Amino acid sequence: MRDWKTGWANDNARIRQVLAPGHKIKRCCYVDFLNTGPAVARTLRGEVAKHKNIQRISGITIIDLVIKNARVAGAIGLNTETGDFVSFAAKAVVLAAGGLTQLFARNSASKNMGGDSHALALRAGANLIDMEFVQFFPIGHLAPRLVGMDPIMWDPFRYKLGGKLLNGQGKQFIENYGGEDGATYTVGRDLAAYAILKECEAGRGSPNGGAWLSFQHLKKEELEGAFGPIIKKLAFNDIDLTKQSIEVAPIAHYHMGGIEVDESMETCVKGLFAAGECVGGANGANRLSGNAIPEAFVFGDIAGSNAARVKASQNTLSNQDFEIAISHAMGDLLQPPSDNTLPQKQTSRGLLHALQVIMWENVGVLRDTKKLQKALTEITRLRNKVFPSIRPKQGTAFNTSLMDWLDIRNSLSCAEAICLAASKRKESRGAHQMEDIPVKSDKFTKNQIISERNGFLVSNWKEVQKLDFDLEVKSLAIK
Amino acid sequence: MNPGKEKHFNAELEIFRGASEINPRFETFNVPFQQGASVLDALIWINDNIDETLSFRYSCINANACKECMMLIDGKVEYACLKKLQEKRSTLKPLPNKRLIKDLVTDIVPPKEKYSI
Repeated sequence: MRDWKTGWANDNARIRQVLAPGHKIKRCCYVDFLNTGPAVARTLRGEVAKHKNIQRISGITIIDLVIKNARVAGAIGLNTETGDFVSFAAKAVVLAAGGLTQLFARNSASKNMGGDSHALALRAGANLIDMEFVQFFPIGHLAPRLVGMDPIMWDPFRYKLGGKLLNGQGKQFIENYGGEDGATYTVGRDLAAYAILKECEAGRGSPNGGAWLSFQHLKKEELEGAFGPIIKKLAFNDIDLTKQSIEVAPIAHYHMGGIEVDESMETCVKGLFAAGECVGGANGANRLSGNAIPEAFVFGDIAGSNAARVKASQNTLSNQDFEIAISHAMGDLLQPPSDNTLPQKQTSRGLLHALQVIMWENVGVLRDTKKLQKALTEITRLRNKVFPSIRPKQGTAFNTSLMDWLDIRNSLSCAEAICLAASKRKESRGAHQMEDIPVKSDKFTKNQIISERNGFLVSNWKEVQKLDFDLEVKSLAIK
Repeated sequence: MNPGKEKHFNAELEIFRGASEINPRFETFNVPFQQGASVLDALIWINDNIDETLSFRYSCINANACKECMMLIDGKVEYACLKKLQEKRSTLKPLPNKRLIKDLVTDIVPPKEKYSI
């Protein structure tokens, strides 16, 4: 990535490595403030474009995989520009469409992070793993409206400048939850998220349901020095940190769970691989900051290399195979709505918002047995009763109504998988915190597998594979 | 600390709909908004509350990272996610130098990445 000119921050010839929260050694490489991801994406995109034998296609939404003789044989897509269905034959497929944090009302996700890869994998017969583990970033931006910036922007500044977290009464509160919150800011992410939401529950939240983040103890010059060009972006949003505090709150940020793969990044469906955030298992019950991009590098390389080595299958797909696949993928649409008595005003987008609220309120940072049961019942109802009554509007060119329908279908499967997995894990571990079972239990030192059987999601447990080397010794060796 | 009480305003958006062969026209939407909201916020609000078929491109919502929401706002090329809503009438049109697909969506797919049979 260095030779491809990603632009890593460096010290002379060496890529700079810094200590990221939770790590024991300096191993986090970066490009610039909030710019590492875009720089990496730009570099990889540029490299791919140089290879004439790699054909890139944009503007197609993949809606289903085609399985023949128990192995992946291709995919069906919607050409968003024309509304036509298109088909691809393939000896191997790598799912790499990212996470699903959009399922929660408060999130740092882009519009397309609704769990498409996971749902495609499930329908193809692959399994999901550790779906109950969702990471919440404690101080996502909440208010006032801030555009042009990623909502997770405040963290490094709070770290650098000792920004103060205050409750609705203007008082510091992290100490009341067993954390330290002096000028140095050392409190862990989990505790900060927990404390903010507990203050809100007790009626001591900020006006929009979070906490205040204040830099008002600092001089204008100190702020300008630390924030640099960001000060201008804040001013564009009418935010002056010398005069006001901003509101922050936990937001869904990353999903540790995902598609189950083996060490070659292949699922249990032959020829079907996965890489990136849509894969589960690499981060256990919680993720350390700075690990998402290295994960994409390492496992993306493995998945791509192994997919390329798959030998072309003997069975070719006929037009009829594709037609069957399309009618299978769109089957729900070809049937009449299940319940005509439901109000026709319900739309896919309305359903997404309802789902986001259920997930946020019941399957978020603060979970308990009752909330999870309630959410599971409600999501099953949305999936089986409400969703089948929705019909997208007719249209060909860029039919947003149909795209939203395809999205919510996938999101509902993922939401049910998360909820089912969370309700089966009767303990607290990592990002899965149960208020009525606040202890970790050895009985649950296991991975949970979610699969689809005859249209129903089922949960099974799998022994954790233990590593046969000592991580501590390894880290000392490269110091 | 500030009081945390945002004032509400109304914006009037005159939006190009359709395409050359799909009934080209302008439609006007009245959108309530809080101080600081973007034009993209208003378009999403219309999708959620009035018309789920209004088409425009966007992905990242906040961060001006995906660069998909470029359009003509009151005659100027702007990112809808960065343009602040104003308490007045604004006109939204698709990019003039790109082939129109529908409403505010134009063909921005790189030529080398076009799907063809």
